[in-house]
Amino acid sequence: MDFGFTTAAYVVAAVLMILSLGGLSGQESAKRAVWYGIVGMALAVVATLVGPGAGLWIVSLILIGCGGIIGYLLASKVEMTQMPELVAGMHALVGLAAVFVGLNAHIELGHVQAMDAEAKHALDGFAALLAKKSGVEIGILRVELFLGVFIGAVTFTGSWVAYGKLAGKLSSKAFKLPGGHGLNIAAAAISVIALFWYCNTGGFLPLAVMTLAALFIGFHLIMGIGGADMPVVVSMLNSYSGWAAAAIGFSLGNDLLIVVGALVGSSGAILSYIMCKAMNRSFISVILGGFGGSTGPAMEVEGEQIAIDSDGVATALNEADSVVIIPGYGMAVAQAQQNVAELTRRLRAKGKEVRFAIHPVAGRLPGHMNVLLAEAKVPYDIVMEMDEINDDFPETDVAIVIGSNDIVNPAAQEDPNSPIAGMPVLECWKAKQVFVSKRGQGTGYSGIENPLFYKENTRMFYGDAKASLDTLLKLID
Amino acid sequence: MKIGTPKEVFNGEARVAMTPDSALQLQKLGYDCIIESGAGTLAGFSDASYQTAGVSVVETAADLWGAADIIAKVRQPDDAELQYLTADKTLISFFNPGGNAEGMEQAKSAGATVVAMEMVPRISRAQKMDALSSMANIAGYRAVIEAGNNFGRFFTGQITAAGKVPPAKVLVVGAGVAGLAAIGTSTSLGAVTYAFDVRPEVAEQVESMGAEFVYLDFEDEATDGAATGGYASVQSEEFRNAQLAKFREIAPDIDIVITTALIPNRPAPKLWLADMVAAMKPGSVIVDLAAERGGNAEGTVPDEKIVTDNGVTIIGYTDFPSRMASQASSLYATNIRHMMTDLTPEKDGQVVHDMEDDVIRGATVTHAGEITFPPPPPKIKAIAAQKKPEVKELTPEELRAQETAAFKAQTKTQVTLLTIGGLLLLGVGLVAPASFMQHFIVFVLSVFIGFQVIWNVSHSLHTPLMAVTNAISSIIILGAVMQVGSGSALVILLAGLAIFMAGINIFGGFLVTRRMLAMFQKS
Repeated sequence: MDFGFTTAAYVVAAVLMILSLGGLSGQESAKRAVWYGIVGMALAVVATLVGPGAGLWIVSLILIGCGGIIGYLLASKVEMTQMPELVAGMHALVGLAAVFVGLNAHIELGHVQAMDAEAKHALDGFAALLAKKSGVEIGILRVELFLGVFIGAVTFTGSWVAYGKLAGKLSSKAFKLPGGHGLNIAAAAISVIALFWYCNTGGFLPLAVMTLAALFIGFHLIMGIGGADMPVVVSMLNSYSGWAAAAIGFSLGNDLLIVVGALVGSSGAILSYIMCKAMNRSFISVILGGFGGSTGPAMEVEGEQIAIDSDGVATALNEADSVVIIPGYGMAVAQAQQNVAELTRRLRAKGKEVRFAIHPVAGRLPGHMNVLLAEAKVPYDIVMEMDEINDDFPETDVAIVIGSNDIVNPAAQEDPNSPIAGMPVLECWKAKQVFVSKRGQGTGYSGIENPLFYKENTRMFYGDAKASLDTLLKLID
Repeated sequence: MKIGTPKEVFNGEARVAMTPDSALQLQKLGYDCIIESGAGTLAGFSDASYQTAGVSVVETAADLWGAADIIAKVRQPDDAELQYLTADKTLISFFNPGGNAEGMEQAKSAGATVVAMEMVPRISRAQKMDALSSMANIAGYRAVIEAGNNFGRFFTGQITAAGKVPPAKVLVVGAGVAGLAAIGTSTSLGAVTYAFDVRPEVAEQVESMGAEFVYLDFEDEATDGAATGGYASVQSEEFRNAQLAKFREIAPDIDIVITTALIPNRPAPKLWLADMVAAMKPGSVIVDLAAERGGNAEGTVPDEKIVTDNGVTIIGYTDFPSRMASQASSLYATNIRHMMTDLTPEKDGQVVHDMEDDVIRGATVTHAGEITFPPPPPKIKAIAAQKKPEVKELTPEELRAQETAAFKAQTKTQVTLLTIGGLLLLGVGLVAPASFMQHFIVFVLSVFIGFQVIWNVSHSLHTPLMAVTNAISSIIILGAVMQVGSGSALVILLAGLAIFMAGINIFGGFLVTRRMLAMFQKS
């Protein structure tokens, strides 16, 4: 098939991909949008398989099929609470694929350049494209594939570490090798030097050196970021995988790769921006890892945490007219979303107003809580964003905090020295009564004391969220 | 120091300001307690019970007033009692400072300190010594009981073999402490209870006690109870007329009216006029708790029970708390005891009269040879002021100006960004070869479209967005597919691996997205 058909198919695929992202503006249109994405992807792959330059398409199909089966199995058995790990793990695959494709381009380039004019003429496909390049174009091509490999390598190790942290296989604490960011800067400097080296010589050695340096950067950078910042990290890696694809697209001269890579890249960038804004932190400070040094001693927290048993909570809930539930990562960890949903159903059946307040960074992935609640069949029209519900807390009878900590920390507003000062938080302490379901007296991910737990209208409902809700459900009929 | 309680001299007063229980508590504060013989008899506390509680009993009032440093009593002291006051004595009692200038003058010239229990400010901290509230509570309860005593029917509706009994309809006018207590008692007896108050914010309290609030069809600036320390204030003529019209309308249906409407330092407003009394059914009862200040109902005779020509009983007793002397005494004695706790910070039996303290300052009417009435307004507001809408309505002009300014600022940023972006593109175009520019333009446009599209993605769909972008980022497979046809074995191997991994990602990513989206559903 000729080049014209492939190009036409690419245009259609690109439009479908854009529609697929645009359709996510609403819950209903999103279901249609996924199909656009699937069709667009299928079209792109088929057009490339039958297009110029693709040989061994049977091998390709077999490999896609094998990968597809694994992907299908992974995706069908994954728990919704494990979604963050899955997404992070898949980013690693994309990153590694980008590294391989970039290396291939390098090898092919060497190959083609070694040929004589006649042999060049006989080439087709990608190699033919390479053969036609002029000196300047070869230079640009080298920069492009170098960038593609670099970003791909960072994405690969970064996502792998993020996966480990989210899956609990690595400690979620911020970890740095001695030397800290100096090591990252050194590795980045090595990469830059390697870039010049590579442009001048075109040898494999600088590429290999850079790849190693990039792998190290990805590893060390993400290791240095604490678990609480994971939503930003995951969306940032998502963005990187897009830019890597775009850079590879440049070097292969493939417009569809560029278009889709750019879409994914900008989408991830915007998501990271939204997440950072929700935490009132600059992107740089998230990437540099850990919290910046606080400017003074943290405010002393006075009072004591008062515990309550399920009878007390049940009584308050039976008497309340309006209830707001604030879920957090703890709910995901305890797999308590089904119980939360059941509680919601029972309370709603009694004519009470039950709503959910979702902080933008609740959980470990943007929109994490929405997905879990949706899985448990909580209707999405009672799930509110922070800005929609924050003003309603003073009229709320009972606020239940389930496994969230920093996002309900009043210190963000009250204590200018707090590491999270200025971060927008859910003002649940303004409700008449607050119950906090929590495993123990420890602090949250950020390690900051939470004055909410010491407030007069706060009662601590200790225990695993799922077990606590189980006992609570028995008392609410 | 010694705290003493004399026998009340006012005719018919059965209450006493110290009970054996409160005496025990006072002794814990370090005070010695003395009581006049027979002071508690009418309230059901014998001299012997006081003695058991460690109180010394003295025979005469003169002995008591002479021996005690602090005198706690109930009723406003009469002239004879005031004679006993000397410079080192403190009197704690109801004193009616607003209408008792002579008494204050006398206490001042004697140099004594007088703490008037009705002047305790209505702030949360002082509730435990708010004797007006504890007495009003009793009055409200007793008013219903008195009404029931004079009402020839059941309160609760019944259907019996001997016929159907309709429930009594009770109207409570004024939902202060007494009014709310009356509402509670009346509803628990089973009557259908209505309540009215000029402060619309108490409607919620009324409904919480189980009564129905009688709303007026009247549009006016609602009086904020917080401005007057939680008390009612004088109403406008129009409001009064609307109120009377409503009462006139419901009067024929009401069996029992309990009026508790009082405005501080004013005669009681007349709310239940003669024509309403005349419109009521024979056998109906009116209990006028405001009788002491002239009464809310026309025809009320203070301290009397009268029956009108059409058979309506009007009860004008002014001594409801005294009619429940035992209960009233124990509550009042507890109020006094709390007052003493505040006056004795060290619990050493020595009074520290701290005139900086809001509560003590407010209640003190004479101190150190001076009249300290009326007190300055308390530093703490009694009730949180009702929230005023803060957001100022913008005029259309201001709104337009704001919009124009925002639009201008937006235009400015956009133009700046576009200029910078355009210049950068031009710069790249100058050095880069045409084949690169072709791809580069595609890239820039895609980034632009990406930004436009992603901002519209709804917040709750960020996880599906991430999953779907993850799935489509496996577009990298195209590169691998293009390369797999190469002759070199190494390239084929690497490209094959890339295809394989991207394949996992394509299927996994889209499937997960679909699973997630399938879960989102409306209620």
